[in-house]
Amino acid sequence: MSGKLSIEDIREKLAGRTGEQYWRSLDELADTEEFRSAMQNEFPTDAPVWEDPVSRRRFLHLMGASIALAGLSSCVKQPDEKILPYVKQPEYLIPGKPLTFASAFTMSGFATGVLVTSHMGRPTKIQGNPDHPASLGAADTFSMASILHLYDPDRSQVVRRNGEITTLDKFLAQLSGALDAQKALGGSGLRILTGTVTSPTLAWQIESLLKEYPKAKWHRYEPAGIANEREGSRLAFGEAAQAIYNFEKADVVFSLDADFIAEGPAHLKYAREFSERRRVRGAKANINRLYCAESFPTVTGSVADHRLPVRASRITDFANRLAAVLGVDGAPSSQLSDGEEAWITAVADDLKAHRGASVVIAGAYQPPSVHALVHGINEALGNVGTTVSFVRPAEFDPDPAGSSMTALIEDIAKGQVDLLVIAGGNPVYDAPAELQFADAIEKVGMSVSLNIYNDETANACGWHVPESHYLEAWGDARAFDGTASIVQPLIAPLYNTMSVYELLAEMTLRSGKKGYEIVREYWKDHSMKSAGAADGDFESFWNRSLNDGVVPGTASPAMAARFRGTEVIVAAWKAPDAWKSGSPVRISFPGSEVEVMFRADPTIGDGRFANNGWLQELPKPITKLTWDNAAFVSPSLADSIGVHDEEIVLIEVNGARCLIPALILPGHPPDSITLHLGYGRSHAGRVGNGAGVNIYPLRFSTTASWATASIVRTGQYSKLARTQDHHSMEGRPIVRSATVTEFETDPKFAREMSHVPTKAESLYPGHEYDGYKWGMSIDLNSCTGCNACVIACQSENNIPVAGKDQVLNGREMHWIRIDRYYSGDLDNPDIHSQPVACMHCENAPCEPVCPVSATSHDSEGLNVMVYNRCVGTRYCSNNCPYKVRRFNFLQYSDVEHPTVQMMQNPDVTVRNRGVMEKCTYCVQRISAARIDAKKEDRSIRDGDVVTACQSACPAQAIVFGDLNDPLSEVSKAKSQPRDYGLLAELNTSPRTSYLARLTNPNPALGGAEKGREG
Amino acid sequence: MAYDYRATEGDNVAPLIAPGHDYATITDKIAGNVLDRKTPKGVAITLAISFSLVMVLVVGASYLFYKGVGIWGINNPVGWGIAIVNLVWWIGIGHAGTLISAILLLLHQHWRNAINRFAEAMTLFAVCCAGLFPIFHLGRPWLAFWLAPYPNTMSMWPNFRSPLVWDVFAISTYLLVSFMFWFVGLIPDLASMRDRSKKRWQKVCYGILAMGWRGSARHWHRYEMAYLLLAGLATPLVVSVHSVVSFDFAVGILPGWHATIFPPYFVAGAVFSGFAMVITLMIPVRKLYHLEDFVTDRHLDFMAKVMLATGLIVLYGYAMELFFAFYSGSEYEAYMMMNRMTGPYGWTYVLLILCNGLIPQLLWSKKVRLNTIALFIISIVINVGMWLERFVIVVTSLHRDFLPSSWDMYTPTIWDWSIYAGTLGVFVWLMFVFIRVMPMISIFELKHLLPWKGRIIDTSADAN
Amino acid sequence: MKKPDLHAIYGLLAEFDAPEDLLAAAQNASKKGYRHMDAYTPFPMEELTEALSIKRSTLSLFVLACGVAGGVLGFAMQYYSSVIDYPLNIGGKPLNSWPQFIPITFEMTILFAAIGAVVGMIFRNGLPRPVHPVFNVDRFELASRDKFFLCIEATDPFFNRRETEEFLMSLNPAHVTVVDN
Repeated sequence: MSGKLSIEDIREKLAGRTGEQYWRSLDELADTEEFRSAMQNEFPTDAPVWEDPVSRRRFLHLMGASIALAGLSSCVKQPDEKILPYVKQPEYLIPGKPLTFASAFTMSGFATGVLVTSHMGRPTKIQGNPDHPASLGAADTFSMASILHLYDPDRSQVVRRNGEITTLDKFLAQLSGALDAQKALGGSGLRILTGTVTSPTLAWQIESLLKEYPKAKWHRYEPAGIANEREGSRLAFGEAAQAIYNFEKADVVFSLDADFIAEGPAHLKYAREFSERRRVRGAKANINRLYCAESFPTVTGSVADHRLPVRASRITDFANRLAAVLGVDGAPSSQLSDGEEAWITAVADDLKAHRGASVVIAGAYQPPSVHALVHGINEALGNVGTTVSFVRPAEFDPDPAGSSMTALIEDIAKGQVDLLVIAGGNPVYDAPAELQFADAIEKVGMSVSLNIYNDETANACGWHVPESHYLEAWGDARAFDGTASIVQPLIAPLYNTMSVYELLAEMTLRSGKKGYEIVREYWKDHSMKSAGAADGDFESFWNRSLNDGVVPGTASPAMAARFRGTEVIVAAWKAPDAWKSGSPVRISFPGSEVEVMFRADPTIGDGRFANNGWLQELPKPITKLTWDNAAFVSPSLADSIGVHDEEIVLIEVNGARCLIPALILPGHPPDSITLHLGYGRSHAGRVGNGAGVNIYPLRFSTTASWATASIVRTGQYSKLARTQDHHSMEGRPIVRSATVTEFETDPKFAREMSHVPTKAESLYPGHEYDGYKWGMSIDLNSCTGCNACVIACQSENNIPVAGKDQVLNGREMHWIRIDRYYSGDLDNPDIHSQPVACMHCENAPCEPVCPVSATSHDSEGLNVMVYNRCVGTRYCSNNCPYKVRRFNFLQYSDVEHPTVQMMQNPDVTVRNRGVMEKCTYCVQRISAARIDAKKEDRSIRDGDVVTACQSACPAQAIVFGDLNDPLSEVSKAKSQPRDYGLLAELNTSPRTSYLARLTNPNPALGGAEKGREG
Repeated sequence: MAYDYRATEGDNVAPLIAPGHDYATITDKIAGNVLDRKTPKGVAITLAISFSLVMVLVVGASYLFYKGVGIWGINNPVGWGIAIVNLVWWIGIGHAGTLISAILLLLHQHWRNAINRFAEAMTLFAVCCAGLFPIFHLGRPWLAFWLAPYPNTMSMWPNFRSPLVWDVFAISTYLLVSFMFWFVGLIPDLASMRDRSKKRWQKVCYGILAMGWRGSARHWHRYEMAYLLLAGLATPLVVSVHSVVSFDFAVGILPGWHATIFPPYFVAGAVFSGFAMVITLMIPVRKLYHLEDFVTDRHLDFMAKVMLATGLIVLYGYAMELFFAFYSGSEYEAYMMMNRMTGPYGWTYVLLILCNGLIPQLLWSKKVRLNTIALFIISIVINVGMWLERFVIVVTSLHRDFLPSSWDMYTPTIWDWSIYAGTLGVFVWLMFVFIRVMPMISIFELKHLLPWKGRIIDTSADAN
Repeated sequence: MKKPDLHAIYGLLAEFDAPEDLLAAAQNASKKGYRHMDAYTPFPMEELTEALSIKRSTLSLFVLACGVAGGVLGFAMQYYSSVIDYPLNIGGKPLNSWPQFIPITFEMTILFAAIGAVVGMIFRNGLPRPVHPVFNVDRFELASRDKFFLCIEATDPFFNRRETEEFLMSLNPAHVTVVDN
């Protein structure tokens, strides 16, 4: 650089640097002589500004901002390495034409295959991968919402040492120093803490690391994982096994506190199979029957034909009694009340009547003994091999015993740990209370946290390294059945971050090896053959794996798991207190003893999704609560201790206390309280901080699922934002349901519940739709109310997050919502879920009242909303009987953060304040299909248009298509006798109609008198 | 034979004009109030207070435009809050003016001559206040002009099927016609003012407004005809305006809105509240300006009777709503009615029945009608009651409609109230400015009531 | 009979204290054959119409025309915009949903008619007219208070300054004044 410096030179100096680095390097530059002279030449007028330090700093800011933004836009490119689009997409990018890539999302280690839509290099939407065993084309709320983390402005963007910003180079230097020291000691001071690892590549890296440092230890921790299930299989078979259920073959299902439809690595598959068996065509109904004894009203319980609220600790009794009744020899004895005894006997008889065609399944929060016993029961029922099969676990898990978190803390206490690398996870927040993880970390020489957020753990550790989001970094992971997928990035890292693979490469090879090379090397050298590909043609093998989103032939082999008998179980069951059945609860005011149950939150999980606005505002199934957790109590318990909704209660478990508002939840077991984990984060980010109450301090490793606690009212109240305050249908025919027998005697029962005016009764001629005539059918018999459609819609249609205060005032923005109604007795009501979006009424009441024609019908019968024309009178919303219109009372959509804007779907307008919005039947997808059809000079085929909600639905309850095509799926659905229009008696003639719900109660349990609903 | 309004007829009934007045005294008294008399302290204070309320409106509106309607309490089920309540309330108040000046004119109710000018002004300003709310309540108020049919390159038109567009036409027509009616009525009096005023600038101002009126018989002839025609036109107009306003609800499908009885009972309610407002303002004003000679207890008595009558019609409306709700056999209608009476907003309904239904029945007694204080209080009670009626119709119907899942509550925020208080300020301020600069009683029409030989005025039509 | 000098004066103005005197005077004058005369009163006196043989105004017909025009225009606008210019399927209603066009049609009728009435009245009365000979008479400003004036204009064929003045005096007015142009 010769004295002079041109803007090009500056750019050169700044090349490749992003975000924070820009600022720093700009500052450094600013001090050099050349830069000043350059400034003089470039901006002579600003010369005086330059002399004054204050205005100079300001000038730098502006300057920095402008270049930083330039840098930001330059982030938007695909990775340098070759990635492959999903089937039949052009290899190159056509401007404005989205590409779809297969990748995999991991939750607690297990993979769900996803297809990611990318607009001009920006991932914008996540959907399920039909070829992936854990997805089958569906997606759950977590995987779809995970895209929000990629663009989250609160993401960690820089390496920090004790909170101070520093550089990656400095960190790597320090790290290799520490490793050198460990090398000498054989790694006796080296500890690695991760979550469940199914990634073959990562497993291989860890193995080689442990080879290099023989004395080093690798620990795993999942706050809400499948530990109990694994332990149960060990008890039952002597070795760990993954049970895989086939609900399509099951006529009778008994769930012991298992929310198999909404939780666990295989829940999408299970939901799909289960709802297949609820599908009814024609006037005959041959559907399965689900019994559910559960400790908290879950999605699974809400679709059960017989649901029994039982507090978690007593599920064991039911398992034991069932085993006894079914004649599993040596089953531990338990006492049940007469009513319960009758119930369990009926269930047992039903199960016996369907030997080999039934499933008994235990929940993740149930102790290993229950899981083990359930294996025994399934074997006794002859289900093994028909509806239940076993494979080797997908996770890499050598020496499960020695890898516990407790062991790690003990070593730290002994001062044996010099270098602790925490790769992912947030133990400072979610580790068992008694371990005092935060204090322990203090004693570690060098503690490193690799995480995409600068979270509680990152703040406690000496070093924090920002982790790449999975859409930014190469990797791989296995599904519940062992099937491996390559995690394919769609975008180069937005900030200079590191993936766990790259970190381990640094530790083993001490070289900045890129994730791409690492993953490829593993599959090339170690695993291609095992994956059954011929020698040499690695590229085609690789391309195919990327293209399909699954690596061929990687599913785990089946294993013959033989039940070892009940002795071990009884032994295990006798062991720790917490697993024993709790004694009847004494309730006495003020300080009452009750059982509290700990569960991962239905929308933000164990807390790792706390900073996800979509999931925070997503109404939790059944409870409809947003932005908070609460102490859920049954109406009867609430009466006996006199607690009211939203009243703050003090809950104490072994001396640990928390203050949390109570919420009365019909169908909750009468003698327990449920607390959801994941809230009360202090370093989650701007969204998650301060939302809800942290429950982990009450959760000890021996009482991870439930504990005995005392509860005291405080008389203080705190507002909880629920999206539905009224729980009864008021006898209106809203969700219409009947028992199978009623249905078969009167298939058209649903239509007969209201008088729908015919066209003849109208004075007006009405409009003809001779082209396409779009319509939707929602099968309430399949729908489980799992919320997948809500997030899918939010992501597809750029729906903003309003915030707790707005939800409190009924201003949530979701275009599709899940209504939930109770019927019957409050202590164990029937729970009905109903997805409601715009019905696209042919006689839409919203349209004539709009003074500016901002909403009208198009030629295909869509009720379209013209945002540009809307002046915001809200008259349409007032006149909409379904109240599905959403108004931007304030500026809700985020126009401040450039990264958030990168996430928006460019095919959908971003709405500003003062504008009405609502479901459009994904009109942008219809146009896309129309364009493709036009290019091929054909009409749109049935199935070409799949709405966002439809594509996500695991139960395939939503069908969309052309009503003018008699062969279309939707036409067939609407020709069903169960078809009815919601509020059609108002002569709105809605385009979306519902298929009435059927229940299949057991006559032995008084199913007969279970009358029609609605 | 000549009927003298200065005479009392029957016992203890006040005359329409106090005894001893002739053409000159009437002119001098009314014109003098404006030209010669200094602003009474009461008027000055009222102006000050109301003006500070106008400032409240300025603040409330500015923040509203800056942030959006989200600063109000409205939410998803309840898309319309008290902004619309106020709109309907103000429009209603306006109706008394037109009714008095137009309908009573056609009915030869000569007593109207003393109060029509005042009532017309009230109409004008009430409609101005009402006109603000449709703009305020828009999500994007800067686009309010899109509701008007104007040619544009996109050839986008308003949706003429929407009651809101009907409102635009009805309210703006009403505003224009009311203004013309008021101004035409003023012309001869402006001439009187011109001829009475001593200061040159006053002469010029009133002179310009009077347009050179000189009371020529030929002019009077056309004038009377035009005035009568205007009255004839304003009468159906005033009925149509509140009917159209009621369509905002009646055209909707909500239980509690979708009712055929709305137009008549909205109109009756409008007159009801309008007369209440006239009395509320007239009683203090007539005290401040010592106009007891022209606005006598007899006038108050008549107005009280009109209130009583319209009040009964409104009460009938409530009864019919109840009847239809249960007779219809529609579960939605029935639930709406039960919710209206016993739901979370039940107290508003109870208050409403009390204010509009029960308390006005006191007016059956002549004692109460002739007791200024009592009348004043009752008129205020009715104003409150009519506001509540609109609240019940707008909010209670919206907050619980068809699907229980979307039911919610609505609580007005400080910003909701600031706008309401602000328009009250605007209204009172304009009213008192008008009183200060214009003859608040129609001079020539009052003179018209004075008898002269060979002049017969048919009094049989006068209400008693 | 000698021609009156139009430029000299406008006419003769007689002032009366009571409406009945004015009425009698007007009747006499018209009996005497005077036609170009006008009365000025503080309030409308319907009786004068016939005494001064004022022709019935055609204002009402004009107003009717305006009203019809307004109504037609109002409906035409709605029909044109929603059927011809920009047809939209609004909530399944027919393009020409005439029942919903009635309110605006009605309002437009009223609006146009009312404007017609006011504008018609003002302009047929030749207003605004700030300057008029009668204003030259000082006492005339009492016409808006409590005095009643009869003016026989110089343009009247029977007008003769002397005779007319005598005639007016015979009607025992308060004053008779010459109105200069």
